[in-house]
Amino acid sequence: MLYGYAGSILKIDLGTGEKKIENTPEKMAEEYLGGRGFVARLLYDMIEPGTDPLGPANVIVIAPGPLSGHLLPGSGKTHFGALSPATGGYGDSNMGGHFGPALKYAGYDCLVLEGAADKLSTLVIDNNDIKIVSADTLQGKGAIDAEKELKEQLGEDFQVLTIGPAGENRVVYACISHDFGRQAGRTGVAAVLGSKNIKAVAVRGSKPIPVFDPQAAQAKGEEMYRVCFGKPGFKTWTPYGTASITGWANEVGAFPTRNFQTSYADFHHKINGQAIIDRLLITDKGCFGCPTPCGKYGHAKTTVGSAFVEGPEYESIATLGGSCCLEEIEEVAYANYVCDQLGLDTISAGVVVSFAMECFEKGVITAVDIGREISFGSLEDVVYLLEKIAATEGIGKILAGGVKAAAAVFGGGSERYAIHVKGLEWSGYECRNAPGMMLSYMTADVGAHHNRSWALGYDVSESDADVSELIEAGAGGSLEVSSPEGKVDHVISMQHSRPLYDALGICRLQTMEIGFETSYYEEVYELITGRKISWQEMLSISEKIWQLTRQFNVKHIEGFGRSYDYPPLRFMEEPVASGPNKGRYIERKILDKMLDEYYEKRGWDENGIPRAGTLARFGLA
Amino acid sequence: MKLKVKEERCSGCNVCRVVCTLQNFGAVQPSQALLKIKGQFPDPGTYKIAFCTQCGVCAETCPEEAIVERDGEYDINYTICTQCLICVDSCPFDVIVVTESGYPAKCTGCGKCVELCPREAVLADHDSEGE
Repeated sequence: MLYGYAGSILKIDLGTGEKKIENTPEKMAEEYLGGRGFVARLLYDMIEPGTDPLGPANVIVIAPGPLSGHLLPGSGKTHFGALSPATGGYGDSNMGGHFGPALKYAGYDCLVLEGAADKLSTLVIDNNDIKIVSADTLQGKGAIDAEKELKEQLGEDFQVLTIGPAGENRVVYACISHDFGRQAGRTGVAAVLGSKNIKAVAVRGSKPIPVFDPQAAQAKGEEMYRVCFGKPGFKTWTPYGTASITGWANEVGAFPTRNFQTSYADFHHKINGQAIIDRLLITDKGCFGCPTPCGKYGHAKTTVGSAFVEGPEYESIATLGGSCCLEEIEEVAYANYVCDQLGLDTISAGVVVSFAMECFEKGVITAVDIGREISFGSLEDVVYLLEKIAATEGIGKILAGGVKAAAAVFGGGSERYAIHVKGLEWSGYECRNAPGMMLSYMTADVGAHHNRSWALGYDVSESDADVSELIEAGAGGSLEVSSPEGKVDHVISMQHSRPLYDALGICRLQTMEIGFETSYYEEVYELITGRKISWQEMLSISEKIWQLTRQFNVKHIEGFGRSYDYPPLRFMEEPVASGPNKGRYIERKILDKMLDEYYEKRGWDENGIPRAGTLARFGLA
Repeated sequence: MKLKVKEERCSGCNVCRVVCTLQNFGAVQPSQALLKIKGQFPDPGTYKIAFCTQCGVCAETCPEEAIVERDGEYDINYTICTQCLICVDSCPFDVIVVTESGYPAKCTGCGKCVELCPREAVLADHDSEGE
């Protein structure tokens, strides 16, 4: 028996309506754990080369992990994956909230969606009762409104995923929304759901998850919470959540501002965690099992409109606040709300909008192209562009393809400041004095995303301090030039440790932000699943998944290799305009040296392709 | 232990519900939890907690007198209970559940939810104890 797991995989062909419930293979659980591991393995096996990411042959996999839904801190995570319409390669995104645990309580470790429904539909999973019903009345509705309507219709105990108009219209950075403020934001998973004509997925689960040693697992789970409660960061970090890093990111010159022209915003104190508490907050909003809720639910009033909204999280502050230069927290929160309703990833959307603003400033696109004049700092312009993008109207049709595709259309040298890697927009850390973090973005399997490796702490402090300790220490005076020496090892190590949480179905923030010890996960995993496996062995599994997702990109992206691993020219040639890192950038030759070392240590050739021997070593040949 | 709540502190994490079912039923099954959390979203953005106040309505309506008060808490005597489930329907807070065996289950005052609530939103009501 697979203790800890729900025990089944639910596969639905949306075209034929056929539903298959299969046992979760023990071998897959042993070799890939769950969550990200299941997503990567199933996508690799099920999607043929040449598949259109927005065609019916693409596959969506939704998977919580073996620890999801159990009694331990942060057990509410769910992983989503598909062939990405943003990059053409491996796409995944991780989400908190309550959906993954509910899916397990319904009996499923994994939901696999193939084919496409013939009209807009909602998938309703009520334990073993599975229905595909019309979503006619939800067409064009905002993701938040659609969730509210479905919960009223089905009941509070259903956990609901929705997409907004952006997903319905296949915007390649459309996000899946849940729990009025949680998103699987990255890589365009909602565009894939939209292409399958699925507006929403609702699940209710009322079954138990089998536990190997319930009594001991309970005792260990309780101990884990108590340890969290005792961490200094439990009290100092939690009230501000991820927004607490805003000030530090500015102090160390890593805050993307004016489409990454610079890395410091002199208005940062108006859009930080304290501003959220003072001006927006209604309640802290936690994901399932979370002792340290980073969700800050509030209400924002602006001249453009007012709204209830969860957030903004740090990433939204960085891209909508910093990169688009919205200088007041209410404006950032309102733009965040508009993204949430439209179903747009705030990271990509913020970067796309700020890219358009710079293009306009430089005369690459005109008021005629856009339909009006636009400028950094204007909430009205941000909202205008977001709505155009979600509707894929006018300029929005071009911007809906992301900055890489838009720069190819706009030309005029705009590709230099189209801030992405592999076609995925860069998240909230500017890296021109952060070689480790730069390499993290360059080599992340999904494109420019920070969550695979967050090496900024090493770049700044040369230490493995957790985030609350970094914030406490501050920038410490003038910043030295950060050395690339030793960073490759840190990046590789983090690319195994951080995504491991996604395979286990748990949140990494208790460890990364407040220093919760990983040894507890090893212990509780054994008590829940009955399988003894060390953290080190789990890291080896995570390393194997990393090799698999790289190989996925080789398999699906024609000509994939080293050229896909570079940042935009701005970061290699253009000095930072102002702030603590004024004048700095990282030359291509330095990045090349780091890439060479990285590839060598990964067992990849000089073009970044996994060698046959490497794949064989991980059983992936 | 009698409970009281401070709903404005609740973050909706449901830790209370998971530990409740482990403690009372030895299972990870929050659908059977003896307290409930309801999010009020998107507007007004707050949580409601339904919990057993040991009000005694269940005892009053039980035709078998199988629910008895002891030190301010009401317990089900399963040797008398006939599974009529009138108590389930009568509970003003909808926090008496029907277990797989067909018997009702209610809050036993074990206090695990209080111990593990990260937000101090579910608390021991010491003030009314012994009333």
